[in-house]
Amino acid sequence: MAYIKCKNLVLGYEGTIVAENINFEVNRGDYLCIVGENGAGKTTLMKTLLGLTPPMGGEFVRGEGLNAHETGYLPQQTVVQRDFPASVWEIVLSGTLSSCGKRPFFGKEQKALAEKNMRRMDIWELKKECYRRLSGGQQQRVLLARALCASSKLLVLDEPVTGLDPKVTVEFYQLIKKLNEEGLTIIMVSHDVSSAIKYASHILHIEKERSFTGTTKEYLKSDFWRELGGAV
Amino acid sequence: MMNDNTIAGMLQYYLAYPFVRYALIVGALIALCSSLLGVTLVLKRFSYIGDGLSHVAFGALAVASLFNLTNNMFIVMPVTVTAAVLLLRTGQNTRLHGDAAIAMVSVGALAIGYLVMNLFSTSANISGDVCSTLFGSTLILTLTRAEVVLCVIMSAVVVAIFVFLYNRIFAVTFDENFAQATGVRAKMYNTLIAVVTAVIIVLAMNLAGSLLVSALIIFPALSAMRVINSFKGVVIYSAVISVFCALAGIVLSILFSTPVGSTIVAADIVVFLGNCFAGRIIKN
Repeated sequence: MAYIKCKNLVLGYEGTIVAENINFEVNRGDYLCIVGENGAGKTTLMKTLLGLTPPMGGEFVRGEGLNAHETGYLPQQTVVQRDFPASVWEIVLSGTLSSCGKRPFFGKEQKALAEKNMRRMDIWELKKECYRRLSGGQQQRVLLARALCASSKLLVLDEPVTGLDPKVTVEFYQLIKKLNEEGLTIIMVSHDVSSAIKYASHILHIEKERSFTGTTKEYLKSDFWRELGGAV
Repeated sequence: MMNDNTIAGMLQYYLAYPFVRYALIVGALIALCSSLLGVTLVLKRFSYIGDGLSHVAFGALAVASLFNLTNNMFIVMPVTVTAAVLLLRTGQNTRLHGDAAIAMVSVGALAIGYLVMNLFSTSANISGDVCSTLFGSTLILTLTRAEVVLCVIMSAVVVAIFVFLYNRIFAVTFDENFAQATGVRAKMYNTLIAVVTAVIIVLAMNLAGSLLVSALIIFPALSAMRVINSFKGVVIYSAVISVFCALAGIVLSILFSTPVGSTIVAADIVVFLGNCFAGRIIKN
């Protein structure tokens, strides 16, 4: 049984179908990149994976002990967050909410988890800093630490390198690679196909009516890759 | 009778009256509650919902006065709460649609309210009535003991809700999708925030009038955001600012016979400018 298994998945919202015939599975330790044109349903697929939007048809099953709320999510930055007055500590700690159950406040356990992941992301020194004053790369590390607090199994990343400068982008990909090697399963929605084939173990390429899923090696031999121009 | 003419002496003289003490208690509590919610509303870009709701409350108050009830709250409160829930729902679908819906509802409620007041009012001084509903009246100085007790209970409930749900409210305010993905019921909290906002606006209308009430909600939060860098700090500082401005405004309005609501808002503006200035200095 895989972490996530989708069979003939139909995606859409408010009654409009965005993409159909999506079949794939995600196993423990995979590094899956979801690529495709704008409007092909990447974002909708991600929302379905997170349980925010229910699928319009087909099967979507979680397995191997992956609970519904055990997904760490790294969203795209919103306008609201750009000038949000919050300390790094407050933001990372909020990632541990799902382990609080019905208790209203954070306990020792949550604080220890937050500290561990901040050290892991090398941002412990920024603890008291204001989020809005950080650089783009630092902000991503903060959000990544928060996502790690929410799950030690699966990370879902939405276009994580958008707006980062080239040097920080490379560092970020290295960081994700390291997390993957430490045992985390990664699902990344990306525009950046060349980095996707460089780092990912599996590729899911979605279009409106068909989709490709397989290992990166298989992808490089597929029609989908050839139609993109073949070589990047 | 007044013993001496200094400001302190006058203050002492007024404080001897229970209605002045009631006004200060209620004013401080309403200011406290509105500032707590204000931080979330401003950060979630919901400030305009507060403004729209206060106009709805005005319309509801005008219609309610037709029925000659002993307490208008039985109509005003449910109508405003319903409007809050509906406005929030339209606001979530698409941005533009939500904006237009709020503009429509708030202007519509104002017009209908004024129309109803003109058509059916038995009062000899309609424009006086309208003016006091819009800009606040001396109503705050005529509170009964029962009204004060009601306000104390309501405020205690609001503060308790806020404290117990603080961590979840932070999560939903900072990142609704993330919160929802990790199992926080974001929609439920949004509705709760809207309902509590409606309740506070109706309570605060007595203090500042329906046109000025959203100032009580947004100014303290905006002031605090200029200088403080953590969410908890912003919440605490904005509560301090809000209570201070409300008390100062009420006292000044008694001493210099100015309108209560606008004096409080003027105090809020002064504090806001001060904090903007302080924020600039800190940055450099």
